[in-house]
Amino acid sequence: MTQSVVVQVGQCGNQVGCRFWDLALREHAAVNKKGIYDEALSSFFRNVDTRSGANGPDIYKGKICSLKARALLIDMEEGVVNEILQGPLRDVFDSKQLITDVSGSGNNWAVGHKMYGDQYRENIVQKLRKTAEHCDCLQCFFIIHSMGGGTGSGLGTFVLNLLEDEFPEVYRFVTSVYPSGEDDVITSPYNSVLAMKELNEHADCVLPIENESLFDIVNKIHQMINSGKLGSTVKQNSLVTSSAGSAKTLQEKPFDAMNNIVANLLLNLTSSARFEGSLNMDLNEITMNLVPFPRLHYLVSSLTPLYTLADVNVPPRRLDQMFSDAFSRDHQLIQADPKHNLYLACALLLRGNVQVSDLRRNIERLKPSLHFVSWNQEGWKTGLCSVPPVGHSHSLLALANNTCVKPTFIELKDRFMKLYKKKAHLHHYLQVDGMEQSCFSEAISSLSDLIEEYNELDATKSGPRIDPSRLKIA
Amino acid sequence: MSIVTVQLGQCGNQIGHEVFNALCSDIRGTHGLCSKKENESYHDSCKERFFCEEESGVPVARAVLVDMEPKVISQTLSMAARSGHWKYNHQSHFCQKQGSGNNWANGYSVHGPRHKESIMNLVQREAEKCDRLGGFFTIMSMAGGTGSGLGAFVTQCLRDAFPTSFILNHVIWPYGTGEVIVQNYNSVLTLSHLYQSSDALLVHENDVIHQICAQLMNIKQISFRDVNQVIAHQLGSVFQPTHTAGGGSDYSRNPLGDLMETLVPHPEFKMLGLRNIPQMPENSLAYSTFSWPGLIKHLRQMLIANAKMEEGIDWQVRPPHPGCSIPSSHSTNKPLHFNTSIANLVILRGKDVHSVDLGSFRDPSLYTSWLNPQDAFNAWKTPRAFNKYEKSAALVSNSQFLLKPLDGIVGKAWNMFASKAYIHQYTKFGIQEEDFLDCFTTLEQVISSYTNL
Repeated sequence: MTQSVVVQVGQCGNQVGCRFWDLALREHAAVNKKGIYDEALSSFFRNVDTRSGANGPDIYKGKICSLKARALLIDMEEGVVNEILQGPLRDVFDSKQLITDVSGSGNNWAVGHKMYGDQYRENIVQKLRKTAEHCDCLQCFFIIHSMGGGTGSGLGTFVLNLLEDEFPEVYRFVTSVYPSGEDDVITSPYNSVLAMKELNEHADCVLPIENESLFDIVNKIHQMINSGKLGSTVKQNSLVTSSAGSAKTLQEKPFDAMNNIVANLLLNLTSSARFEGSLNMDLNEITMNLVPFPRLHYLVSSLTPLYTLADVNVPPRRLDQMFSDAFSRDHQLIQADPKHNLYLACALLLRGNVQVSDLRRNIERLKPSLHFVSWNQEGWKTGLCSVPPVGHSHSLLALANNTCVKPTFIELKDRFMKLYKKKAHLHHYLQVDGMEQSCFSEAISSLSDLIEEYNELDATKSGPRIDPSRLKIA
Repeated sequence: MSIVTVQLGQCGNQIGHEVFNALCSDIRGTHGLCSKKENESYHDSCKERFFCEEESGVPVARAVLVDMEPKVISQTLSMAARSGHWKYNHQSHFCQKQGSGNNWANGYSVHGPRHKESIMNLVQREAEKCDRLGGFFTIMSMAGGTGSGLGAFVTQCLRDAFPTSFILNHVIWPYGTGEVIVQNYNSVLTLSHLYQSSDALLVHENDVIHQICAQLMNIKQISFRDVNQVIAHQLGSVFQPTHTAGGGSDYSRNPLGDLMETLVPHPEFKMLGLRNIPQMPENSLAYSTFSWPGLIKHLRQMLIANAKMEEGIDWQVRPPHPGCSIPSSHSTNKPLHFNTSIANLVILRGKDVHSVDLGSFRDPSLYTSWLNPQDAFNAWKTPRAFNKYEKSAALVSNSQFLLKPLDGIVGKAWNMFASKAYIHQYTKFGIQEEDFLDCFTTLEQVISSYTNL
């Protein structure tokens, strides 16, 4: 069994991260009735003997003593991290896992990446090494951050670079929250594009998220609940946006519901690695199957169902509906429509009481309406995990490597160019040590190349399918 | 003689467990329908082949379990132990922590060499426990990373360490519409490598077994467990003890050797398909009666029409007339889909086996011309019924059964290779484009050989 470490950077990263740890504890509590520290728990948590103080040794087997998250919390202002440390999750984090500063990054990628990067490099490396030492077999780093700000975007991508240098064998999965069109941070296009270059070059896999999509999903759920259309009651803890049953008992903050969705995404992604099933899907299999070319590693995700009704008997029709929903535009976590674009690859991770025949039936049913690239007509990667998420009897996570990410990138590029043409706000960046105009031109060129790669693939969509001729044997 | 089973990867371990389950429950069953003496002889022979005794009296499977991550092995070990009727030797397993990530190159080039010694030590120990080693039976899928890549490496090691032993690889072919996106690459790499070191490849296709579950077994929500149980039943029907012709009244002592001798006359032709009849839900068995002529007739037509199961057989297909080089239908002038065989083996179990007329299988028009008809066909029999079926027949065939599926896999892999998709994932671990090309060439040769039968 392998371990993963979560590195949460910046305000967004830490807030999402906080929800992740909360829901992870909730999920394990639901599955692990006996309170024994097992392999599944060890993938994200250490078991520390705190009887002699906070710095006790790790316990690898036996009863759970005190669980500590395998996490690094980084923020250049103290507010968010302090709140976490005063909240119900304070015991899950170790003071040695935090790196904070006071003044923040001023929504400036250069400050985050170059200035704080340099300043905190040693400290970060040292803390990463410590967390890695506590792992028997470290498989993956999860970075959670936003693209539009200064810390998450700048320092977050600095850490990404660092991880590649210091731990080249360990996978790097990045969950990036992209800014929306009406983002109130004026320089968010700069920050995002500068960060994109780093993601292009150093991440193994990126799961882009857009706040607009999360917001729409939250609204949809509210509407469904309040409209009274659902005959029976909805199980509160089954809502993909809910914190019910978790440690958090205070009034929910505005972004909590949206952040819970991202937290659930990460839990579902790692479920088959942590729990048993008839067809396991580990994290290294995700990168293997969904990344056909090194730079095309952006995966559009969708989670279904969004909630469960309280009635227990789920006829197959509901199950099939779950599959259909996974491909619908309004379940995607970015503003994209995979159905009307080109699939390079698609992964379906099922949890709970779903068998291979349900999977086959639905793939057969949905295949005709989806467009796959000519060299990957049957490009499906599937996984079956026996343990369902809390409150559900089954669930589905779909990950698509699809050209529908292109519009998001094109928009980003357009917003960037609008500012860049006028050289607006550039001086804030250029006055940071180590930052030059070339950083900007390289970044936009990297993004343009990426868009071009997607364009080339899209061009093959409508053309005739000519299979290459086979080898001839004498 | 004893057979040592090597279970590789998630698939190999899950199926291996079902196989030992099926074997054990068959010998414990009271539906042998034969004399007590016969039953005891069968029981002992099966035990010797697949299990060894322990002081506790619980038979221990002669198996080595290998996987690159721990979840499946620990499940398999505990499920077997819980049954109370048999178990695995808890020392005979090897696992790591991280899995192979569906990457053949990772399984073959990284995990293989790294863990060769440990794995081969375990195999050596199991081999030494056998009074007489009859050979190795490896179970693996070719779609993933461990079963396929590490499996190919281990097969090579077995060949090097035991040059005179028989090696039979049981290979699972994945569903056509994807379980793993790079499954076609992994399959091409696996099959071409196995062809070098294995004696024969016995193949099961997930799609086919799935159909059997749906149409014959009437299972509504088919799980991998159901699929694996059908596979285990089919394997059991081949490997449970039988009398070979001319073997006298004792059970055959060298099943793998006999199998290779009858079915693999030429190293270019190693692909064996398996058919079993009848297959039905257990609760229907009591209401069904079978006649040998009916079963034989169906099995023969399944062979020549390349039918996957006993429903939906195309009865129009007929063997070519002697003297006619290309079989064709007179009216429509298109070639019939006639399945040419190199060699066939039919295994009969149950009541009145000795009265069965197998003449229709000896028809020379079923076979290529290069073997004598009497060498091309063999039959093994036992009056002891298998797994509650009063009469059952299995067919192991070295024929064009797998030609179309193989061609399909190679075609899709080639298509993907032409675009260079995913290749960077393999080169990262040491498998280069030239290696791929070699493998494609090997398999195109195999396809060509089988096509020109």
